[in-house]
Amino acid sequence: MNLTAALARLLIFPGLLFAVPAAWFFLWVERKAVALMQGRIGPPFMQPFYDFIKLLGKSTPPRSGVAGLLMKVWPLIAVSAAAGAVGLLPVLPSSGGFQGDLILLLALLELPSMCIIAAGFSSRSIFGEIGSAREAVLSVAYNVVFLLAIISIAASQHTFRLEALAQMPVSPVHWLGVLMRCLGVLAILVCLPAKLHINPFSLPNAEQEIYSGPMTEYAGPELAMWELSHGLEWVAATGLAATLVAPVVAILVAPHLIVWWLAALLFVALSFGVVLLLSVVAAATARLAIDTTVRFYWQCTLIFAVLAISSALFMRLRS
Amino acid sequence: MNLWNRLMCYCRRRSPWLFHMNSGSCNGCDIELVASLSPRYDAEQLGVRLEGSPRHADILCITGPVTHNSVQAIQTVYGQVCGPKAVVAIGSCPATTNVFIDSRTIDGPLNRHIPVDVFVPGCPPRPDAIVLGIAKAAEILANRAAKKLPVEPVCIPGTECAAGCAAKAAASEVQL
Repeated sequence: MNLTAALARLLIFPGLLFAVPAAWFFLWVERKAVALMQGRIGPPFMQPFYDFIKLLGKSTPPRSGVAGLLMKVWPLIAVSAAAGAVGLLPVLPSSGGFQGDLILLLALLELPSMCIIAAGFSSRSIFGEIGSAREAVLSVAYNVVFLLAIISIAASQHTFRLEALAQMPVSPVHWLGVLMRCLGVLAILVCLPAKLHINPFSLPNAEQEIYSGPMTEYAGPELAMWELSHGLEWVAATGLAATLVAPVVAILVAPHLIVWWLAALLFVALSFGVVLLLSVVAAATARLAIDTTVRFYWQCTLIFAVLAISSALFMRLRS
Repeated sequence: MNLWNRLMCYCRRRSPWLFHMNSGSCNGCDIELVASLSPRYDAEQLGVRLEGSPRHADILCITGPVTHNSVQAIQTVYGQVCGPKAVVAIGSCPATTNVFIDSRTIDGPLNRHIPVDVFVPGCPPRPDAIVLGIAKAAEILANRAAKKLPVEPVCIPGTECAAGCAAKAAASEVQL
């Protein structure tokens, strides 16, 4: 991938120019889905955009010293990491990419969460510190399962290249591979609510419980950047799930009819489906306590991930 | 006004985030404020969001007759809300101190301590009156930030306040 193509992917499609409106759209879908589930009408279509512009126009409390500087820097790092993660997604077939871009994507997806932890501690607010500690525990809990699932998918296809993972051999169809991919995607889907801090795993920013967690001291444009990075995380995380599930859908529906625009359409439709699914789950559940969450990931969900990775290793040994 | 300022003014009007504070209220108005976010009244249609932190809020909603203990807290929280901001006094208590008038534990009404933009009288006020009050406050906030300045306190007429203006009602009750 040369520099121009990389910049085009980062800044235009599927990067910032596409991802920012998509982030606002997903944030709206989440709020609207919750409202509809509760029998309300919900916010207007442009609401996340209004919120973003309004926050840009608000003042911020004066902060001095290194802590103040750090508090300004964390949201910017989070936004750029999330935007970079979106830019790596192989939406269009044969759009480039490099060996190991999956690892970079995972690292970039993890960075906003690290920034949230650091932001809570540098804000010196007691609620921020509690939120950060919870975020750190949550991250340790779900990441074991999340990474095992990703590794199992990658190991079954002998590659860490996203573009290769976005396609699967269609003739002959490798049914064990398809089954394993489904298992891996299921484990990833279970981890996404924790990654996006929505119910039932909305522990770090538990509103009305520890005020706003790590975001308690943030205001104005900095808060706007956090909202944007949250939206971009939605796009990147659901996009990753859609990338991994798209070849399975393609094999099941019409293996020989997939052209590039249909693939892109399928990607968008699948992302939207994942967002809807997560929002409905968020609306239907209540927040779990931190120990229940850790137990859920380490006892219940880990079985999926271990099953997936052991069958991947088994496949690898056999081939 | 240039295009950016007009957009900003519009967005401020469409996105009021609230911080709710109780200054010794009996909990009646607090329940009605939550009811205004519930399915029947659904204030989120106007972009209203109840926030956990005063730093995130645009509009400070205060209930209760302002006890001595809560004065310092009200001033602190009012300072923590970042500008441009507006204050809505919900219920008759923050407007007039209501039945607690002349009590030695009360230091009200609210506008002795911080500037109030909208009074929503009632004991408790109806949720639709609260939603109207929040919408008015968002409009005041947007206009004030855009330097169009009609910043007289507004009163949402309720059943409790036939006189029309909470401030006048407060004065008349004091004379009684």
